[in-house]
Amino acid sequence: MSMLEIKNLHVEVDGKKILNGLSLTIEKGQVAAIMGPNGSGKSTLAYVLAGKADYKVTEGDVLLDGQSILELSPDERAAKGVFLAFQYPVEVPGVATMTFLRTALNAQRKTRGEGEFSTPEFMKLVRETSAKLGISQEHLRRPVNVGFSGGEKKRNEIMQMAILQPRLAVLDETDSGLDIDALKVVSDGVNRLRSPERSMIVITHYQRLLNYIVPDVVHVLAKGRVVKTGGKELALELEAKGYAEFVGEAA
Amino acid sequence: MNVELRTAKTEAEQALSSAYQDARERLPGRGDVAELREDAFRRFEASGLPHRRVEEWKYTDLRALMRTAYPLAAPPDASTRAGARDAGAIFSSVDRQRLIFVDGAFAPDLSDLSAEQGLSIGSLAEALAKSDPLVTAHVGKTFATDDVAVALNTALMGDGAVIRIAAGTVLRRPIHLIFTASSERPQASYVRSLIVIEKGAKATIVESHEHAGAQVNSALELVVGDGAHVDYIKTAQGSGLQISSLLASIGARATFNTFAFAAGAELVRNQAFLRFAGEGTNAGIGGVSLLRGKDHVDNTLLIEHAAAHCQSRERFRAVLDDEAHSVFQGKIVVKPHAQKTDAKMLTRALLLSETAEAYNKPELEIFADDVVCGHGATAGALDPGLKFYLMARGIPAAEAEALLIQAFIGETIEEIAHEGLREALMIASLKWLGARK
Repeated sequence: MSMLEIKNLHVEVDGKKILNGLSLTIEKGQVAAIMGPNGSGKSTLAYVLAGKADYKVTEGDVLLDGQSILELSPDERAAKGVFLAFQYPVEVPGVATMTFLRTALNAQRKTRGEGEFSTPEFMKLVRETSAKLGISQEHLRRPVNVGFSGGEKKRNEIMQMAILQPRLAVLDETDSGLDIDALKVVSDGVNRLRSPERSMIVITHYQRLLNYIVPDVVHVLAKGRVVKTGGKELALELEAKGYAEFVGEAA
Repeated sequence: MNVELRTAKTEAEQALSSAYQDARERLPGRGDVAELREDAFRRFEASGLPHRRVEEWKYTDLRALMRTAYPLAAPPDASTRAGARDAGAIFSSVDRQRLIFVDGAFAPDLSDLSAEQGLSIGSLAEALAKSDPLVTAHVGKTFATDDVAVALNTALMGDGAVIRIAAGTVLRRPIHLIFTASSERPQASYVRSLIVIEKGAKATIVESHEHAGAQVNSALELVVGDGAHVDYIKTAQGSGLQISSLLASIGARATFNTFAFAAGAELVRNQAFLRFAGEGTNAGIGGVSLLRGKDHVDNTLLIEHAAAHCQSRERFRAVLDDEAHSVFQGKIVVKPHAQKTDAKMLTRALLLSETAEAYNKPELEIFADDVVCGHGATAGALDPGLKFYLMARGIPAAEAEALLIQAFIGETIEEIAHEGLREALMIASLKWLGARK
């Protein structure tokens, strides 16, 4: 069975149609890149998968392990293993990163009927994970993302992913705002999480990220649906030719 | 011809007048004190209870809210006093010196009167009766105001604490003034306290009000000496009407922090009249109000920068549910010679329901030209973007909201220096949050 099946998905935001019959299948263990011009619906797809309110599904379905997740709240989806690495991670004043991580992890485990992590177990997990991503203890004590640079916020997203161990990770333009060194750290973090049991959707505008996170498959999105699918070489082709072909064709 | 339009006295105003006439002979203090009472009473007679057309009371219309004036509380009997034995439990985890007042009267048998070097504690009623020089020197003189609630307090003050902390004394533990009123019968109490913290002394003062259906008008005069360090925390819980006035005069190079906390309090008016009388003082004035049902909590400040080089920070937050009302009025006055004043005021309200109302009114009156002053006010619902972020990580909606509210409150409570008091207030906040439906 496929990990994720998106069937003929139509989505509106504020009465405006963004996704227009998008169909896509992600296999277990697959890393799929989704590329496309601005406004093609990439971020909308990410939000719809995570369950953001105000995104109205008018037609179609999204199946995770063969079951529809559209009626599930964001936290229920997270407990089923859906993780969204935000393009713009929000700052959460007053909530220490450690508290946030522990609350999230234990809430997911509780929903899944698993026991809570003990404090020493949890501390060890966070220490090891943060060290690999170059996140300091000082950052862990600070409120979530408050005063973090763009690169620090993105690294924090990947740290959360490593701690929560999702089955389906959606990375929404994780490369935006990263310099080359940060890009490498973040990509290494993502690559360490590649596993036959975990699928990833890597959303990006540029081919650059895909040099570091090499995808199994590349889908091109334009005007709210998949217009082309190919191997990793498709990304290079797009980098050379741009998206004009697809924008023109769909218009 | 000048005709002052004055509506007929309300029932409550009439009752207050006769309460004073009946009690004046019994109230402690003669001579100057009696004169002080008379003056204050005349101020009340001239203006009546403050109402919505009095700017400072615009959002807490006392004339409308106080339909009747309850009779002055009689001295509490033995069983009432026994009921107050565990009062002030909000800070039960903190090693502190408790002073308990039941129905407005000092209860020395329930209080901890252990002596500490440089600390003296007494009752206001006794101090007034024997014309204690400390009381004569300070009571009614800390901050001159025409405020009618203060005037009523002065006219009718019965008992309270008189505390002197001698120069250079560093108190080992917080002093906890606990005011509690029983619910046996409707009654009113007028308590007045005086705390003089002399030069270079350091003290943490906590004042808690826990009342059941009473009308309580309390006032505290704080005289803060040069270089002294005072942290003052006030908590309000319970039903009935509770008006508290803080009148403070703060010396030079002092550190002065106040925090007003209200949770599960029906009708509270906290008013602070603060004057920076000496240069180089740092002050942090803060508070958190947690309101639900028809709770109403009003924090009104008048802060006078009367000396140069002082810094003040006002930070107030309110969380409102159901049909609750919160009021914040903060007025900062910078006198002409108070150059290099640095004053910032920020008030934020978090509205959890469509029917809750938050009134935020910051005001600046600046008469000096070399100052940094600013104010900001926000009111809004929980940020849906933040809530989604938390939920996307697996935190259920109710828990996500609780975490965000806790964070909103916590950012302000964190400013409290004393760890035990800080934690106790956080726990009280969580308890309030836990009762959220």
